[in-house]
Amino acid sequence: MSALSRTSAAAPVAAPHASTSGSVTAVMATVMLALTPATLYGFWLYGWPSIYLWLITVAFAMLGEAVCLRLMERRAVPVLFDGSAMLTGWLLAVSLPPWAPWWIGALGGLFATMLCKQAFGGLGQNLFNPAMVARVALLISFPVQMTAWVAPLPIDMAAAPGPISGLLVTLKGIPQGLDAVSSASLLGFAKTEMSRGVDLLQSLPHAPSLSWLGSRPGSLGETASWLIAAGGLLLIVRRVISWHIPVAMLAGIAVPAALLHLVDPARYLDATTHLLSGGAMLGAFFIATDYVTSPNTARGQLIFGAGCGVLTYVIRTWAGYPEGVAFAVLLMNSLTPIIDRYVKPRVYGRDRQGVALDAPAMAARPIVGREY
Amino acid sequence: MNFLSYFRNEAFERGIHPPSCKLTADTPIRRLPFAPRLVVPLSQHIGKPALPVVRVGEEVQRGQLIARADDGLSVPHHAPATGVVEAIELRPSARGPWAPAIVIRVHPGSSQEDLCANPRDLAKASSDELRQAIRDSGMVGLGGAAFPTYAKLAIPAGAKAHTLVVNGCECEPYLTCDHRVMVEEADDLIAGIRYGLRATGAVRAIIGVEDNKPAAVAAIKAAIARHEAAGQPDGAIFVEAVPTKYPQGSEKMLLMALFGVEVPSGKLPISLGMVVNNVGTLAALGRLLPSGRGLTERVVTITGPGVSRPGDYRVPLGTPLRFILDYAGAPAGMNDARQVILGGPMMGQALPSLDIPITKGVSGVLVFRGEDLAQRENVTTYPCIKCGECVGACPMGLNPSQLGMLAAKREYDAMAEGYFLGECFECGCCTYVCPSNIPLVQQFRVAKQVLREKSAK
Repeated sequence: MSALSRTSAAAPVAAPHASTSGSVTAVMATVMLALTPATLYGFWLYGWPSIYLWLITVAFAMLGEAVCLRLMERRAVPVLFDGSAMLTGWLLAVSLPPWAPWWIGALGGLFATMLCKQAFGGLGQNLFNPAMVARVALLISFPVQMTAWVAPLPIDMAAAPGPISGLLVTLKGIPQGLDAVSSASLLGFAKTEMSRGVDLLQSLPHAPSLSWLGSRPGSLGETASWLIAAGGLLLIVRRVISWHIPVAMLAGIAVPAALLHLVDPARYLDATTHLLSGGAMLGAFFIATDYVTSPNTARGQLIFGAGCGVLTYVIRTWAGYPEGVAFAVLLMNSLTPIIDRYVKPRVYGRDRQGVALDAPAMAARPIVGREY
Repeated sequence: MNFLSYFRNEAFERGIHPPSCKLTADTPIRRLPFAPRLVVPLSQHIGKPALPVVRVGEEVQRGQLIARADDGLSVPHHAPATGVVEAIELRPSARGPWAPAIVIRVHPGSSQEDLCANPRDLAKASSDELRQAIRDSGMVGLGGAAFPTYAKLAIPAGAKAHTLVVNGCECEPYLTCDHRVMVEEADDLIAGIRYGLRATGAVRAIIGVEDNKPAAVAAIKAAIARHEAAGQPDGAIFVEAVPTKYPQGSEKMLLMALFGVEVPSGKLPISLGMVVNNVGTLAALGRLLPSGRGLTERVVTITGPGVSRPGDYRVPLGTPLRFILDYAGAPAGMNDARQVILGGPMMGQALPSLDIPITKGVSGVLVFRGEDLAQRENVTTYPCIKCGECVGACPMGLNPSQLGMLAAKREYDAMAEGYFLGECFECGCCTYVCPSNIPLVQQFRVAKQVLREKSAK
């Protein structure tokens, strides 16, 4: 396809002779810009190890892309400059435990771009969100490292590891002396307690605190929910994404959560906890909205987003894993081609089934709003 | 329309807002001098080419019939200038293949008075007689389609027209010829609308003008006031400003914007009791019909970064582009490379030769400099990232992204059957918005052509 496109674009004799100045690179850059505040805040919360992990994940994602392109005997630099590999690595990095060892980031980065993206044919061809496939692969393969959450230890605190000891954390793992900072996320804690037979009314007072400011264990991108949401709003305002997927996904989580919490508060967490926990915000604004793996009509996006939300809630509540955003997004990714096939925009002059409208009925329609 | 439509001031669903670039909106229409040679193609319209009625070497008067309409869908052509028929031969045409044309060498000393008028009393003419007079004038749709106007005003048996919709949107960037005609010739427009009302039997006319042309709306309102003062002969006329959006100049979009109705797929607006005509066409009718003259000139917007004197010019039909470009001048310091487009930037056609003449359907000549061209040539095409920008821009509700992926695989039949390729009218919104710079509409044109050839076999 790209060969065909190139030849036609090089000979602009056919209309239109004007176009927007936007480009794929600009889209990717805007998304990264929207991720920056939350990421920087995460760096501050979790210190040097998180910075190293981010650098390693992004670098290996780009390395994986470059290696694949070289294997295909294509020039790597122009493709790397479209920014999509960097964004994939970035999204994976902010979904990892911030103090995870370096090889988690390296393996994840390579896996994301090589197996989940380039193996499918590169940009635009992958069926599943590369960052989420890599995250799920890591979670299944290395459950210990992938659930070792640390409590925030802001970078300016004395106990926080400096640049050198932070590097050691990333390279050699979390030292024994810092073990105290390890802790479970709220969703994991609640699930563990429930499985021990302790209901939420008893366990929650002892649960890790939850706040909009992000002072709780979690990944880089999930603790600062409000910064993630602000970044998402920027994307909506800049018209990079539409509101349909985020709103549908958050509603898909919040509505069942609120209803079931109302029915039995001892067994079901409330909606706020669900929205602020795990990857709900990151997933709704940055993961599920990935162009390539989501439907491209407004109605399709509503279905897709609601599906992501409801599945997330179902997995969190009844399945074996405490967190379900990645699984939910992947499941809905697999439905995207089907949604796109059946949910099409209504064609002008035709009904939703594609049958031509009835002329006498249309002619009899009252002329809206004006008197002639 | 869903309920959200009530909260949005949207003329029709989707569409785009390209920069308007109407450089020439405030400059009055000027007259272009006669070129030494005028080339009048026999086919300037949709339908059969006209048949020449002059011979090489014959002297012709300005306005004289030089080619008569063929049977069926066809219109006659008139001499755009006084001179001598130098040749009847194949000449380069905008469509590509060379086509027969009458070449007239203009007499330099002639007064260029139109002496061939054939005044008729149309006050009591029937609609058939009116349409015959319209056909005799050689009038075609001046908005760009060049469909014979007499045929467009003919109501098929069994149908009835109640509304004449007058299209004054001119949604293409750069073009201002319709705008200037509405401002300067509003009374001619009203006169033409009255002929249109009588020819179709409609009881009212509604002029739709995009709201970025307040001067045109004001001029038309004043003319309508005079029409009302005269007791609204032939029917009531209204003007309506619609929110500016591309491609509103498409009659399907305009009917949606004005009335909230859609033309059913495969049908014409007459199935809703409506007939749509362009403002330039009706204004020209209003000027020509009373005196019985033929269409020998039209207003053309000459514009773009590649000309130093942009403006709306009254151009004799058959004027070669080379003459126009010489007259309009080139900006100082510009190198020779230029791209010349007939029409606007969204749907216009880039030309291979400057020997191509202005024909009845040409509304604009848009000239880009070599550097503008280089800038557009240097864009990188990325793979489709399925962002859905094109889906949100297609005024017909198609899915250009999927159509584009099918086109890349040459699945042309699937494009037509599953994705309604036939509904695409090539407005170019999809290509315009694509962040991956994929030439979508260009691929669709190829697909449609392939399908046409297939079905012709």
